[in-house]
Amino acid sequence: MPLNLDTYLGVSAQALKVQSQRMEVLADNLANVDTPNYKARDIDFKTALAQAGSPDAALPLTTTMPGQVGGAAASGGLDISGALKYRVPLAPSLDGNTVDAQMEQAAFADNTVRYQATLTFLSSRLKNLLTAITGQ
Amino acid sequence: MSSFKIFDIAGSGLSAQSVRLNTVASNLANADSVSGDPNTVYKARHPVFEAVKNAVAAQTLGGTPGLGAADSAVRVRGIVESTAAPSERYEPGNPLANADGNVYSPNVNVIEEMTDMISASRAYQNNVEVMNTSKELLLATLKLGS
Repeated sequence: MPLNLDTYLGVSAQALKVQSQRMEVLADNLANVDTPNYKARDIDFKTALAQAGSPDAALPLTTTMPGQVGGAAASGGLDISGALKYRVPLAPSLDGNTVDAQMEQAAFADNTVRYQATLTFLSSRLKNLLTAITGQ
Repeated sequence: MSSFKIFDIAGSGLSAQSVRLNTVASNLANADSVSGDPNTVYKARHPVFEAVKNAVAAQTLGGTPGLGAADSAVRVRGIVESTAAPSERYEPGNPLANADGNVYSPNVNVIEEMTDMISASRAYQNNVEVMNTSKELLLATLKLGS
């Protein structure tokens, strides 16, 4: 039975992608902590993971004529547009900025631990595979 | 790999906050630079930050403008001079005093500048931490499976 590496790694591979995207969004919030009218954003993890797991997750090719292949494009990026949401601010601010540095720091720490957990899962799966290959 | 964008984002934050620290230093250094003319006296300077959205990404993803792009950064849009009136002081002995014996001191609020400095340095440290954490995670990802 051939082994499909994508299914073997399970949801962890997609989770890692979403978590690295979330890290980016949170870094963005922290960089814009003093920008007037900047609205803090975050990724809805459940929606993002569902999008990443669906077959149409990759951006489709544009077809201009019938008969062309509209297959999934090999894109490095991940479509998370549906999962990217504005954060509901806890307290209003005079300059219209909705970044709460403490909240963002907490979210960043949370995301870091989750990322590391996903890495551990992936690593153990790869080790299992190596054991199977070397047969020791 | 897209995670390298974090270094651009956090780096832009570092650069913006260091501009802010520079203006604070300039304002504090010039807090006592008096002048005989209220128009030429030093005015407190403050940077205005602006979020840089990756317009291309927003368009490709078809999301709400500004929301669709996962990556953006911060930049200093410009430096504005405070419009508060400089304080007038009667000091006839000062060589810079005008005909009425008045000198004008800059509209720098030292307390405001100090709090601004602390805020800027905390934001800078935050960005450094983001960079360090991302670096560690990337290195851990590279070591995957070993």
